[in-house]
Amino acid sequence: MDPLILSRIQFAANISFHILFPTITIALGWVLLFFKLRFNRTGDEKWMDAYRFWVKVFALSFALGVVSGITMSFQFGTNWPGFMEAVGNVAGPLLAYEILTAFFLEAAFLGIMLFGFRRVPGWLHTTATALVAFGTTLSAFWILVLNSWMHTPAGYELRDGVVHATDWFAIVFNPSMPYRLAHMLLASGLTVSFLIAGFSAMRWLWGDRSAEVRTTLRFGATLGAILIPIQIYAGDMHGLNTLEHQPAKVAAMEGNWETQGNVPLVLFAIPDQEARENRMEIAIPSVASLILTHSLDGEVPGLNDFVAADGTVEHPPVAPVFYAFRVMVGLGFAMLALSWSSVWLMRRGRGVEGLPRPWIYAFVGMAFSGWVATLAGWYVTEIGRQPWLVTGVLTTKEAVGPVTGGMVASTLAAYLLVYAGLMAAYLGTLTYLARKAARHDPLTPDVPKPDAGIRVLQPGE
Amino acid sequence: MMDLFGDPALWLPFVFAGLMGTAILIYVILDGFDLGVGLLFPFASPTERDRMVASIGPFWDANETWLVLAIGILLVAFPVAHGVILTALYLPVAVMLVGLILRGVAFEFRVKAPTRHRGAWNKAFFAGSLASTLSQGFMLGMYVTGLQFTWANIAFATLTAVFLTVGFSFIGAVWLIGKADGVLQAKAILWARRGIWGLIAGIVAISAASPLVSARIWDKWFSWPEIAWLAPLPVLSAVLVLALWRVLHRLPLDGDRLAWAPFWMASALFVMAFGGLAYSFYPYVVPEQMTIYESAAAPESLIIILVGTMVVLPIIIAYSILAYTVFRGKATELTYY
Ligand code: HDD
Ligand code: HEM
Ligand code: HEM
Repeated sequence: MDPLILSRIQFAANISFHILFPTITIALGWVLLFFKLRFNRTGDEKWMDAYRFWVKVFALSFALGVVSGITMSFQFGTNWPGFMEAVGNVAGPLLAYEILTAFFLEAAFLGIMLFGFRRVPGWLHTTATALVAFGTTLSAFWILVLNSWMHTPAGYELRDGVVHATDWFAIVFNPSMPYRLAHMLLASGLTVSFLIAGFSAMRWLWGDRSAEVRTTLRFGATLGAILIPIQIYAGDMHGLNTLEHQPAKVAAMEGNWETQGNVPLVLFAIPDQEARENRMEIAIPSVASLILTHSLDGEVPGLNDFVAADGTVEHPPVAPVFYAFRVMVGLGFAMLALSWSSVWLMRRGRGVEGLPRPWIYAFVGMAFSGWVATLAGWYVTEIGRQPWLVTGVLTTKEAVGPVTGGMVASTLAAYLLVYAGLMAAYLGTLTYLARKAARHDPLTPDVPKPDAGIRVLQPGE
Repeated sequence: MMDLFGDPALWLPFVFAGLMGTAILIYVILDGFDLGVGLLFPFASPTERDRMVASIGPFWDANETWLVLAIGILLVAFPVAHGVILTALYLPVAVMLVGLILRGVAFEFRVKAPTRHRGAWNKAFFAGSLASTLSQGFMLGMYVTGLQFTWANIAFATLTAVFLTVGFSFIGAVWLIGKADGVLQAKAILWARRGIWGLIAGIVAISAASPLVSARIWDKWFSWPEIAWLAPLPVLSAVLVLALWRVLHRLPLDGDRLAWAPFWMASALFVMAFGGLAYSFYPYVVPEQMTIYESAAAPESLIIILVGTMVVLPIIIAYSILAYTVFRGKATELTYY
């Protein structure tokens, strides 16, 4: 099979698997810091219980994030050697700074955060937690700078087909970076909100009525309710920015074929790229023009503008971008509805008891909605950039390596197998931990006596 | 500033080659011991396994980051060579990655998943460690012989794969001598006594093969006056091996004296072997094909990284030392929080 297609599938599979775990660790680090600080302040055990449970989820997610991240950093060389040859002068320093400033910081203090509780003074443990959270956020910053630069390159010049950096400020603060960074950090916060609320709701259904579960369910719902309107606003701004720099992508997101005014907002359709039209369209007249240009008859670019005279299609594949965008936005509004209604119900009623059963089930159902929305968002962004790898500079096809299709196919199969197994183990273990916590089995053993001698981990600890 | 030290196109590649070499060396020693501990798993009892993991649990992630840094420097400083090397080593790299994935997650899963799964995660931990070290040794062998997939080279690389694996289990064993006590320490001493032969065989094999495959390397070592300058390297290595051998046969001593000596000696041995290798290959980054000067990235970009490295590297070293200090002493328990 074609090594290009296979390499793309492999890259997509690896990054999709990888991003799931950073999405959790970035925000969960800060949430853990919050739990720890609340405990330091109030001395209330429920905060420490919450810390103890979620730090396990953090540790597990972190391990999966690290190992899949290492795979990512080799992918550039094994599958996309043309990428570094062409844009290494920009991508290289950004990746180097990520490793130097973020990865070492996280890795070194993670040990203290996870195992140092009884070995270091309390303030150092809190500081280690803060530094790990800071490290994950910093690493998100660097990699998103690079990714944004690939979408909206700036601050460079081409010499003999190779990118040379001319202005590092322009490279780092490239036009789409602030929007993408804000949108992704918020996505991480939302993912964690709904994960925490979802697992707390699950424990509630299993009969766990501890102060911890009440607190975390409330915490997740409230954090989600705060973040989601900001996210919707940030997403809108992000879309306007994309309209300016990558109009073909927005045209695909909207499913709009002709450049014109009064463009309707398409709620549902089946885009048909062969016929260059939408089938079974359900749309609200003029609203897309309103959103994108702030006037009902504003002109919005259409996909037909991006077809060369000889018929070559120069816009991204429409259907995946179109559907993925709707999945993301749909989930965004579902999050809005659930979190706002439940915060309102909890304020009126008596806390978590005020939530009707269907709401509890809805939280369980939405536990991983952040993952789905995040992946959908990345598919919009990345597929929407095709055929370019670096907009206007390098196409995906030019970057692929000389490796044969058979080799890529074999490693792809291996990765998929490993990822499927790991995903099953991850979800299984999370559920297992939650079930154990709901039964109030001790998650961590009693404090060992100072001179316990050879005391080893107990099974199931 | 760039001209202060002469033409940056001349010294920058050299500095980055040095940095990359240092990162690889640190990786080999640090991840070497924690991979090695994984390799020794089948020889230990279940409770000993828990203690073995406890001895590396807080460190392995930071140790592996040196690999990310090494590959990162290769990628940023020598982008063309990076593509050539990694596409040539496509399959062994994938095997290594799958191995690293398995062992990395096993750390967490073996204590968090239901108890009845623990045996399976222990197996994954061992298998992952084994796959990583075998493929790393294989890649080393292929690299030394010039990245050409001939049967002779593959045979040689298979040999280095085995030797490196034994070498890593050796350094894992000497780490455990320092970190463990009682029965486990006694076992570790036995493992080290046996493993040292693999280490010796590996160093000899690679030292002998390199000059044989390449006339250039032969000339670099066996011509006057280089040979006089270089003579201390093999002599010192031989002395170290003898000292290691002796100390391993005297341990354990009262009051745990010299428990860390084997680890330091083994590290010194790794440093020397690596130094010899680096000398042989300089100035090539892809053996016999591409020098560091031909494949270096643009000076403006390298300077940006160098400045950051000079600032950040001391900080990294400082907090790495902090982490090792926090978790110094014998590994008896490991409480997750
Ligand atoms: C928005 C965030 C984000 C994105 C888009 C990516 N990563 Fe990532 N990555 C992280 C956020 C992150 C993180 C939160 O910082 C992780 C997760 C767990 C961890 O240890 O750090 C991480 C870990 C991580 C590691 C392991 C670090 C270690 O050893 O501690 C590597 C090597 C990479 N990543 C490399 C990549 C590459 C090459 C990417 C793109 C192609 C990439 N990541 C996308
Ligand atoms: C983390 C979230 C990300 C996700 C989920 C994601 C997803 C994807 C997907 C699905 C593709 C395939 C598009 C296609 O082939 O049609 C792709 C392409 C690509 N992305 Fe991303 N991406 C992410 C982040 C990044 C980052 C941070 C970088 C670079 C630093 C990056 C670099 C690339 C490259 C090199 C390709 C081209 C290879 C290909 O087409 O498969 N991506 N990505
Ligand atoms: C409901 C309103 C939302 C709007 C209007 C919106 C808008 C957008 C747009 C326009 C893009 C494409 C950016 C580009 O052109 O490259 C995008 C990408 C993305 N979205 Fe959303 N989004 C919304 C909700 C969400 C939610 C709820 C999440 C996750 C919890 C999310 C996560 C992402 C991610 C991870 C990306 C890819 C990274 C990026 O380019 O920022 N979005 N979003």
